[in-house]
Amino acid sequence: MESHEPHSEMYYVKIWALLLVLLIISICGPMLEIKILTLVTAFGIAIIKAGIVASRFMHLNVEKKYIHYMLYFMLLMVAIFFAGVAPDVMRNEGTNWINVESKSLIEHHANIMDPEEQEPEHH
Amino acid sequence: MGMVQPIATRRSVTGISTGKLAVWWVLGSEIVIFGGLLSCYLFFRLLYGHWSEEAVHTNTFAGSLNTLILLTSSLFAVLAHRAAEIKDCRRAFMYLWLTIGGALSFLVVKGCEWTYEISHGLTIGKSLFWSFYYTAAGLHAIHVIAGAIIMAFISFDVIKGKNLQRVELIGIYWHFVDIVWIFLFPLLYIAK
Repeated sequence: MESHEPHSEMYYVKIWALLLVLLIISICGPMLEIKILTLVTAFGIAIIKAGIVASRFMHLNVEKKYIHYMLYFMLLMVAIFFAGVAPDVMRNEGTNWINVESKSLIEHHANIMDPEEQEPEHH
Repeated sequence: MGMVQPIATRRSVTGISTGKLAVWWVLGSEIVIFGGLLSCYLFFRLLYGHWSEEAVHTNTFAGSLNTLILLTSSLFAVLAHRAAEIKDCRRAFMYLWLTIGGALSFLVVKGCEWTYEISHGLTIGKSLFWSFYYTAAGLHAIHVIAGAIIMAFISFDVIKGKNLQRVELIGIYWHFVDIVWIFLFPLLYIAK
């Protein structure tokens, strides 16, 4: 079994403080309402925070490599699911089909900018 | 007279203890569960731009507070692990219960948040956005509750100096619960 010297408590407190700083940035960044900045600060920092928690708190950085491979494989499965289903869900029409309800819903909400439109149905 | 030890502490075919390997496999399956759910949310969030009108009503302050609480509880969980590694049972016990305190605080904030939202008509049936919101956050909250209960049981052994290896195992699970929230928070509360 693997063994390593336990870190001091202060080591983990410093990691926690870093995570808090990243949390503050991820909250404040989107307030500037710049789309690319929101993507970077909210989601990019989420990935970094997750990586820090995984490597430093879960000790993945000293874990056996096949644990990493297993986790990457699971993420790959999620990515395959996303890629496989996305074309059906995120499009309204294809070669031989039209998702009438989805298309009309999107068009309906796109027209809502007209103040004369009545209260929209929620979906 | 020797006590019979659980297999999870004695056996190691793969180079890490069987118990820890089992926890990692659980996390692997949880990745697919939450990954699948959040992927579905992403599909519709990207497709339906008008969901931003619904998302604006989520409480960013409550979400931020809960993120802070879970990050702090993760700190306590890893400090409990450290204490268990150096066989400081009382300290490990204290940190486990601080982690459980974080879990309870998270649930209280979530409860207040949902009470407000539901009382203002933002229910799970109001729209597909709110269905995803309550399902994803609710599934996560169930994992928080389960983790807290297991942690409590483990703590009763830890204070007696028994099964200290389980502190690491529940800690790994707890950090995963934290990681799920790290992704839920921007998806549900920030992406407006």
